[in-house]
Amino acid sequence: MTKTRNLYLIPYIAWMLLFVATPIILIVYDSFFDVEGHFTWGNFQKFLTPVYLRMTFNSFWYAFLITLFSLLVAYPTAYWLRRTKHKQLWLLLIIVPSWINLLLKTYAFIGLFGTYGFVNSFLDWVGIGTQQILFTDFSFVFVSVYIFIPFMILPIYNSLEEINPSLLYASRDLGASPWMTFRRVVFPLTLGGVKAGCQAVFIPALSLFMITRLIAGNRVVTLGTAIEQHFLVTQDWGMGSAIAVLLIIVMAVIMIATGNRGARNTIR
Amino acid sequence: MTDNKTIIRFENVTKKYDNDTVLNGVSFEIERGKFYTLLGPSGCGKTTILRLIAGFIEPSEGTISFNGKIINDVPADKRQVNTVFQDYALFPHLNVFENIAFGLRIKKMKNAAIAEKVMEALRFVNLNGYENREISEMSGGQRQRVAIARAIVNEPEILLLDEPLSALDLKLRTEMQYELRELQRRLGITFIFVTHDQEEALAMSDEIFVLNQGEIQQSGTPTDIYDEPINRFVADFIGESNIVPGRMIQDFQAEFAGKRFECVDQGFSPNEPVEIMIRPEDLEITSTELGDLLIKVDSQLFRGVHYEISGYDEAGNEWLVHSTKKAIVGESIGLRFDPEAIHVMRFGETEEEFDRRLEAYAGHEPDSSVPTPTVGGARND
Repeated sequence: MTKTRNLYLIPYIAWMLLFVATPIILIVYDSFFDVEGHFTWGNFQKFLTPVYLRMTFNSFWYAFLITLFSLLVAYPTAYWLRRTKHKQLWLLLIIVPSWINLLLKTYAFIGLFGTYGFVNSFLDWVGIGTQQILFTDFSFVFVSVYIFIPFMILPIYNSLEEINPSLLYASRDLGASPWMTFRRVVFPLTLGGVKAGCQAVFIPALSLFMITRLIAGNRVVTLGTAIEQHFLVTQDWGMGSAIAVLLIIVMAVIMIATGNRGARNTIR
Repeated sequence: MTDNKTIIRFENVTKKYDNDTVLNGVSFEIERGKFYTLLGPSGCGKTTILRLIAGFIEPSEGTISFNGKIINDVPADKRQVNTVFQDYALFPHLNVFENIAFGLRIKKMKNAAIAEKVMEALRFVNLNGYENREISEMSGGQRQRVAIARAIVNEPEILLLDEPLSALDLKLRTEMQYELRELQRRLGITFIFVTHDQEEALAMSDEIFVLNQGEIQQSGTPTDIYDEPINRFVADFIGESNIVPGRMIQDFQAEFAGKRFECVDQGFSPNEPVEIMIRPEDLEITSTELGDLLIKVDSQLFRGVHYEISGYDEAGNEWLVHSTKKAIVGESIGLRFDPEAIHVMRFGETEEEFDRRLEAYAGHEPDSSVPTPTVGGARND
C-alpha cells in the first residue's frame, strides 16, 4: 500500500524539486554574486539605497491600490451575485476572462486606451476631447484591477454563499434592520473571504511587470520591472536574484500573517 | 382591541408561491399566554404560518392581526415576536454572551443593563457560567438553550419555535419537552410551537392545530383531538388507530365488521355510511365467547409497555390491539370494547359541523340544524 502510494508521489515530488525548490535555491545562490562572479553582500546592500526602496514603496503602494479597488468592485458584485437568479451563468461570465492570457487582455487595453482607441473616440464624440489615458498610473491600476477582479470576487462570493440563510432571518427577528444585519452578521462572516481575496490579489500584484511596461509605459517602476530589467537588459543576475529573494520573503510573511487569521476566523 | 385575550388573528390567510398554494384560506385565533402547537406532516403549511407571524413572508391574501392591529406589511424587525429556529441559527462569529445580547445591542441598551439581562436569561435556561464559550464549543442541547435565551431576553409577546427539538436525541428531546412547558408557564407568554411529532404535541400543548395540505383540519386540546378526531387524517396522524368502514343504522347504533354495536353517537341520517375509529388501547382481549369481535391473530410484537397484536376479523378488516396480555399467533381471540370507545367519523365534515355535533351529544339533544350530506345508498361491507 505505502509503496504504491509513494510511486504516485514521484511526479509531484519531481516537479516540486525541479521547478520550485531548484529555482529558489539557484536564485538565493545567485543573489550572493556580483556581475564578475565574486561572492558579495553588495546586492542586498544596494537594495537599501533610495532607488530600490522607492521601487519597493511603489510596488506596495500600487499593489495596495489594486487590492483596494478590486475589493470595492468585487464585494458589491459578489453580494448582488448571491441574490440574482442565474447565479451560475453570471459566475461563468466573471470567470471566463481569467482564462484568457494576461498579455492578450493587456494588448486589448492598448487598443482601447490608445490615442485613436475606442475610449478616446468616445470622449471626442461626447465633446471632452482626446485624453492621454495610456501610460498613466490610472490606466495601470485600471487594467490590473480588471485582471484581478475574478480572484477577489470568487472567495467573497463563496463566503457569502456559506452563510446560513436562517442567520439573516434570525438577525431580522432580533430587531436588526437590513443594514444592521449586513453590518453585524453578513460582513463579519465574509471577512475570511475578503482576506483570501486580498491575498490572492495583493501578492501577485506586488510582482506585476508586463503591464507596467505595456500599459504604464515604464512610468510605474515596480520590483517586478526591476527584476525583469536586471535579468534581460543589464544582465546583473545577482541584483535581480537579490530583489526576487526579498520579494519571496515578503510574500511568505504576508501569506503566513493573513493565512493564520483567516483560518481562525473560519473555525469560529 | 376588542378582545383582550386574542393576540394573533388570522383571517382567510392564503399564501401562494407562483401557482403553489401552501396555505389555503386559514382563519384562527391565538390567545395570550397559552402553549399552542401547529402539528402536521412536512409541507402542510405549519412553518409557513410561523413565518407569517414572524414577518419573514407576507400573506398573498387575507389579514393577520397582532393585538387587534393588522400587521401584514410590518417587517420582521418591527414585530414583538421572537423565533427559535430549527437549526438554532446562532451567530458563529459571536460567543454565547454576544449571541444573547444581539437583540439588546440593536436596541442600543446600556452595557450594564445588557450584561444583567443576558445573565438572567442564561440562568433561566440553566446555562450560567457559559457566557464566554464559543458556539462551536457547545453541544446540541446547549445550543438549543442559547437559542431560547437569545429569543426570550428580548421579552417578546410571542415565542415562535420552529421544530426546535428535531435535531436532539430522544432522551434530550423528552427532557426539553418538560423544560419548554415549564419555561412557558414561568414566562407566561404565548408559545407557538411547530412540530411533526404528535407525541410532542400531545405532551406539551394547551391547544393543537392539526394541519394538512395548507388547511387546518382540527383544533382543540390534546385530549379533544386524541379522543374525537374529526376525520381519517387526524385519527391516523395522532396516535394509532383502527379505522374501518361502517354505517349508522340509527342514533346510538352503528354497524361495522358485519355486526351492530351500541355507540354514543347521534345526529346521522339513517343508514349513513361513516368511518368507525377505535384506538388500539381501547380494545380488550377476552375469550372468543365473550368478545364483541373475533379476530385471528396475524402478528405480535413486544413493545415494552404492551404487546402490539395485529389480526383480521371475518369481514377482512385489520385490527391493531395494544394489550398487556399476550396472544398466540394463528389463534382466534375475542375483542371487547365499550360503546364510548367507538368514534364515528362522518365523511367530509367541516370542523364547525363536527363541533356542533359533539356539543349536541353533551346536551343529548339531536341538533336538527346540522345539515346531513346526501350520500346515496348504504354500503355493503
